[in-house]
Amino acid sequence: MELDFSHQAHFIVALAPEIILSVWGMVILMIGVSPRHSHGPEGSAAHLGWLSLAGILAAALSNGWLYSVTEVGTHSMVALDGFALFSNWILLAGAGLGILISQDYVRRQRLQAAEFYALLIFSTVGLMIMAAARDLIIIFLGLEILSIAVYVLAAFNRRDPKSAEAGLKYFLLGAFSTGFFLYGIALVYGATGSMHISVIADSVASGNAHGALLVFGIALLAVGFSFKVSVVPFHMWTPDVYEGAPTPVTAFMSVAVKAGVFLAFLRVFSVAFVGAYERWWAILWWLAVITMVVANLIATVQVNVKRMLAYSGIAHAGYLMVAIVAANETAAAGLLFYLLIYTLMNIGAFGVVILVSGQSEERLEIQEYAGFGWKHPWLGVLFTVFLLSLAGFPGTGGFIGKVFLLQGAMEADLVYLSVILVLTTVASYWYYLRVAWYMWMRDAPDGATDEPIDVSLPMRLALITGVVLVLYFGVFPGATMEWARSSVSGLSAVGPGLTGLAP
Amino acid sequence: MPEILFFIFAAVAVGGAVGVVVSRSPVASLLFMVATLASTAGIFVLLEAHFLAAIQILVYAGAIMVLFLFVIMLLNLGHDYQRDIRGNVAMIIGFAVTGGIGGLLARQLGGGTAGLETNLGAGDAIDAALREYGAVGAIARPLFTDYVVAFELTGLLLLVAIVGAIALAKKAS
Repeated sequence: MELDFSHQAHFIVALAPEIILSVWGMVILMIGVSPRHSHGPEGSAAHLGWLSLAGILAAALSNGWLYSVTEVGTHSMVALDGFALFSNWILLAGAGLGILISQDYVRRQRLQAAEFYALLIFSTVGLMIMAAARDLIIIFLGLEILSIAVYVLAAFNRRDPKSAEAGLKYFLLGAFSTGFFLYGIALVYGATGSMHISVIADSVASGNAHGALLVFGIALLAVGFSFKVSVVPFHMWTPDVYEGAPTPVTAFMSVAVKAGVFLAFLRVFSVAFVGAYERWWAILWWLAVITMVVANLIATVQVNVKRMLAYSGIAHAGYLMVAIVAANETAAAGLLFYLLIYTLMNIGAFGVVILVSGQSEERLEIQEYAGFGWKHPWLGVLFTVFLLSLAGFPGTGGFIGKVFLLQGAMEADLVYLSVILVLTTVASYWYYLRVAWYMWMRDAPDGATDEPIDVSLPMRLALITGVVLVLYFGVFPGATMEWARSSVSGLSAVGPGLTGLAP
Repeated sequence: MPEILFFIFAAVAVGGAVGVVVSRSPVASLLFMVATLASTAGIFVLLEAHFLAAIQILVYAGAIMVLFLFVIMLLNLGHDYQRDIRGNVAMIIGFAVTGGIGGLLARQLGGGTAGLETNLGAGDAIDAALREYGAVGAIARPLFTDYVVAFELTGLLLLVAIVGAIALAKKAS
C-alpha cells in the first residue's frame, strides 16, 4: 500500500496507532464514569489497567502492520518512515511498562483509575505525534498534548502535598518554556517561510533563509526542547518534580517523555537545520558537556534514591545530547537504540523503588536499602542489573548503547565530547554502585520494619521483561542495532556528518 | 495610512504587554491585556484577516478576558499584592535580555525587509482565496483539508485539558 497524502483518508492509515490509542483512551474514560465502575472500588481499577495495556498492544499491532505501508515523498505533515515507526516501538514500550508498574500504586493510593490511565494513554499519543511530526505546528500540538497530560499526572495524588507542588512547578515552568518554543517556531517561519521540516531544510541548505531570524529561531527552539528533556541549565524543575510526582508517573516521565521529545529534537535539528550545522553545533556541544558534568557531580551527593535517579535522568539527557550534536546516521541510530534500552532499564529501576518505598511511599532514603539484597534476593539481583545497566557496565544494554553513541560521536570527530562522555560515565559508577553496595554489603539496621514485599503480577511482568531485554541487548545487540540503523536510513536529509568542524 | 495605523496598533500592543507585566494589580494587568489583544485584532484587520480579527475580539478580548476578570474577583486577588521577592535586579536583567534580543533583531532587520518578502510571497494566494471563498471560507477550507491533522489534534488537546482539569478539581475521595 502506498500513501501520497493526496486524500485526507491517507492520514487515517498513517496515524492508525495514534487514532487507536486516542479512541481507546476515550473508551476508558467512558467506562470510568459508568455507574458500575465509579462505585466499584478495588477490582475495577485493575480491570482498567489491563484494558489500557490491551490498547497499547492494539496500537503496537497496528504499528507493526504499518511496515507494509510506504509513503511517497516527504511533503505530508506526519512522517511514515522507519524512524517514526521505531520511535513508536520505544514509546509504546515505555507506556506499556508504565501502565504495568502503576497498577498497584493506583489501587493502593485509590487514585481515579480511569482518568489516570486515559491521561497516560493520551500523553503517549502526544509523544508518538511528536516523534512522527514533519511540521513544527504538529510537533507543538504533540508537545502540548503530552505536557498537559503529564502536568496533571504529576499532581495526581491528591493526598500528597508534594505531588501538588510537583504538578504546579512543572506546569508553571513548562508553560513558560512553551512560550520559548512557540516564539522559536514563529521566528523560523519568518526566516524560511514555512513550518514544514522538508521545506525548512531546503530553505536553510540553499542559504535563502534570513540569517538573524533563523539563528534566533533555532536558539529558542533549542531552549524549548532542552527544557522538556531537562538539559542543564534548564533542569531546575527536574529533581523537585521527579521527587514529588507519584513514582510510576516519575518513571513514565523520565523515559517516555524524554524519549519522545528527544526524537522530535533529533528530527528538527538534524533534518530541518542541518544546513546551518556550523551555527548551532557549538551551543549544543556546550549544553551536552555542562549537562554530563553537572548532573553526574550533583547525583553523587544525593541520599534520596528517587532524587538520585532524577539526576541520573538529567545525566542521560546529556549523553543523548551527544547524538544530537553528532548529527549523523550512526548517532541517530545510536539515539534510537539507547532510548529503547534506557526505557527498559529506567522503568525497571523505578519499579523496584516503588516496591521498596512500600505502602505510604516513605522509604526512599538510601539507608532503607541496607541489607535489602539478602532479604529479597530476586529483587536485589534485578535492581543491581538495572543499576549496572544505567551505569553502563559491560554485558548490559546500557554499555552497548553508550558504545553506539560514542561511535556516532567519533564519526563526527567529536573527540573531546567522547572523552567527557567516558569520564562522566566512570564518575557515575560511584552513585549507582553505592546503592548496590548498601543492598549487599551493609546489614539492615536494628529495629527496621520487616515489611514483606508483595510483588504483584503486573509488576513481575514489567520487571522480568525489563531485565530479560536489558541483558539480551547487552549480549546480542547486533540485530537490533542493524534494525535501528536501517530505520534511520529513511531519514533522508540526515546530514553527511559534517566532519572536521569539531574542536 | 495603513503604515501609520500599523505603528499605532503595534505601539499599543507592545505597551499593553509591558503593562501586563509591570502593573501591580491583577485587574490592571488584565485591562492592559485587553488593550494588547484588541490592537492585535487591529493588525489582523490591516492584514485583511477580517475573520481572525472578529474572532480575536469575540473570543479573547471578550469572553476569555471576562472569565479571567471573574476568576480574579472571585478569588479576591486584587488586594493583598506582594512584590516579587527577587526584587528589582531580576526585573532589570529580564528587561535587559529582552531588550538585547529585540535590539539585535532590529539591527539585523534594519536594512529592510527585502530578504523576507521573497520568502513570504503568500500574499497573492491569500488574496485569491479571499476572493473565491470569502473571509470565513478562506480559513475553513485549509482547516479541514491541509491542516486536518492539526485541527483534530487540537480537539484532542482540549479533551486532555478538560479531563485533566476535572480530575484535579474533583473532591479527593
